[in-house]
Amino acid sequence: MSQAATAGRRGSPRRFNLRERIRDRDTAVYGVLIIVAILFPMVTIYATDGTALVSHATRAGYFVLLAIGLNVVVGFAGLLDLGYAAFFAIGAYSYALLASPQLESSPAHHAVHITFWILMFVSLLAAAAAGAVLGFPTLRLRGDYLAIVTLGFGEIVPQLFYNFDQWTGGINAVGLIDQPRLPVWVQGPWSGDGPFTFVRDFSFNGDPVAYYVLIVILIAVAVILVNNLYRSRLGRAWMAIREDEVAAAAMGINTVTTKLLAFGIGASFSGFAGAYYGASVSLVSPDSFLFIVSITVLVMVVLGGMGNITGVIIGALVMYTVIFYLIPGLPENAVSLANNVGLGGIVPASGDWPGLAEETQRLNFIIYGIILVGMMLLRPQGILPSRVREQELKHAAVQEEETVVEQAHAS
Amino acid sequence: MSEPAADNILELTDLTKRFGGLVAVDNVSLNIKRGEVFALIGPNGAGKTTLFNNVTGLFKPTSGRVLFDGRDITGFKPHQVARRGIARTFQNIRLFDYMSCLDNVRVGRHVRMKAKVWDSLFKLPRERKEEERVTEEAMELLRFVGIAKHANQYARNLAYGQQRRLEIARALATDPKLLLLDEPAAGFTPQEKVELMQLVKKILGRGITVFLIEHDMKVVMGISERIVVLDHGEKIAEGPPDEVRKDVRVIEAYLGKSA
Repeated sequence: MSQAATAGRRGSPRRFNLRERIRDRDTAVYGVLIIVAILFPMVTIYATDGTALVSHATRAGYFVLLAIGLNVVVGFAGLLDLGYAAFFAIGAYSYALLASPQLESSPAHHAVHITFWILMFVSLLAAAAAGAVLGFPTLRLRGDYLAIVTLGFGEIVPQLFYNFDQWTGGINAVGLIDQPRLPVWVQGPWSGDGPFTFVRDFSFNGDPVAYYVLIVILIAVAVILVNNLYRSRLGRAWMAIREDEVAAAAMGINTVTTKLLAFGIGASFSGFAGAYYGASVSLVSPDSFLFIVSITVLVMVVLGGMGNITGVIIGALVMYTVIFYLIPGLPENAVSLANNVGLGGIVPASGDWPGLAEETQRLNFIIYGIILVGMMLLRPQGILPSRVREQELKHAAVQEEETVVEQAHAS
Repeated sequence: MSEPAADNILELTDLTKRFGGLVAVDNVSLNIKRGEVFALIGPNGAGKTTLFNNVTGLFKPTSGRVLFDGRDITGFKPHQVARRGIARTFQNIRLFDYMSCLDNVRVGRHVRMKAKVWDSLFKLPRERKEEERVTEEAMELLRFVGIAKHANQYARNLAYGQQRRLEIARALATDPKLLLLDEPAAGFTPQEKVELMQLVKKILGRGITVFLIEHDMKVVMGISERIVVLDHGEKIAEGPPDEVRKDVRVIEAYLGKSA
């Protein structure tokens, strides 16, 4: 006993170092992300003389929020959810209906305008409730079966918003959505608004910088909360269920409620993101929440590093850049590249050749596919994998040696 | 049945489990006294693990009753059984492979923790305190089974014997009154078997009753006070090790009928 205890004391410092090193990687990533987040609007506004890139960042932001939420379900609890966009839709419509003229033309004949700051939490609760409702009958299913049911849910929800057109406007979408307002706002050179000024009774009104600040704060809050959960009783229960559901139940974990919590909490982040989306785009239509959105977020989570919060954030940012910035810009860039290297001859269309720009346009999805396949081949564990996968890959060999040595000592 | 219920930690009454036409456990009744080591033996396929699964709620008995600590727990869900105070290990080790040893044990503590979602979300002081306490308790258990120095390693990376010990530590973390060990000495070297027997005695010293399935007769004879023998789901013998060893039906079950 005492021998084991002293061995434990001797053995721990090195291992705690290892833990610290890996934790440091997360700290470093968070540090870089914070600095980039602060500098991004100033630098891009100065460099490009416009806020187009900041607008892009606000859109990337809600994908980050969605990825953080889906990571709770898929990465922590190991439940494959293919209909995550449904909760996003529920969050967005909750805000859109309660903060626009929409309900005036509905059977209620009375428009509702509640402030964004309250509706943000209403959307959160609506999405979480939807998560629990969906979860209840399905969580006894496992693996693939669960994935199929969530897939179905993801298909049903946009259809509901589409078909309940008396209330939701259906295909006409909900427009003229209220903008968040604040009693005081600060503007200055950093947001390209000239000298430092206080603005009273500020309306976001499509101001990309204001939305950018809002989403950065929302993400920061989400990261802190999810981190807390990850290192808690509930976080361990999720991981235990992911690893071995039977053993988890035998250890006293109520697997049904624990999985429901994963679904509900994961969904609540997309409710948050939905309210933000509704406000920032000011137009919510059923087409914005199709299957492709669920898959895009899932790709972000898997490519970034399932189970690891920093990885998922990076994954969302990288994939957003690829899907919504690089690939749409590809035809233009291909043309200018061809012109610059003296291949200007292939640019115009002639005969069967549709022209370089058109051809690249047609190849968009092939290029996207190649990028996905390539990334998964190069880094199957994700860009920044969780400690679990990384340590497993990195140290399996080392520890094998260790145990051999230990066994030799023991016998 | 002559003893009052309070002396028995576990009472099985006419427990039967059928899978379609197959009767895996056939009308088995047995009583386990508080504070003893009780062994369940029998040839492969005799229904030993099925009996464990019926007690711990993984299966629902077809008929019969399971009384634990004077309360009927027949048909309880696994987590409810664990909460009542029955913990178990598995025949083919079922650890949380990609969680650290410390976390494996802390998961075992889950059922005795109080932190709610809000406490964890906002890291309230009482949640922090509970986490600290649980971490210490978990480390104590790792020391108890002798693998404290591996606390931060993934369960998967432990040697086989250490994994069995970790599984026991995880089960102990649930604060059980009754510990079910499913072939704890399987695949052990003679030295490891001796260490296991010492560990079982230490567990008894904590006031925990031990109910084990084991094939190794040396281990069974060495630590258990009473033995039940199962064959084709039926109880064929019960008693202290020396008597059971001489029982004709037991010898037949293991060695086949002699002429």
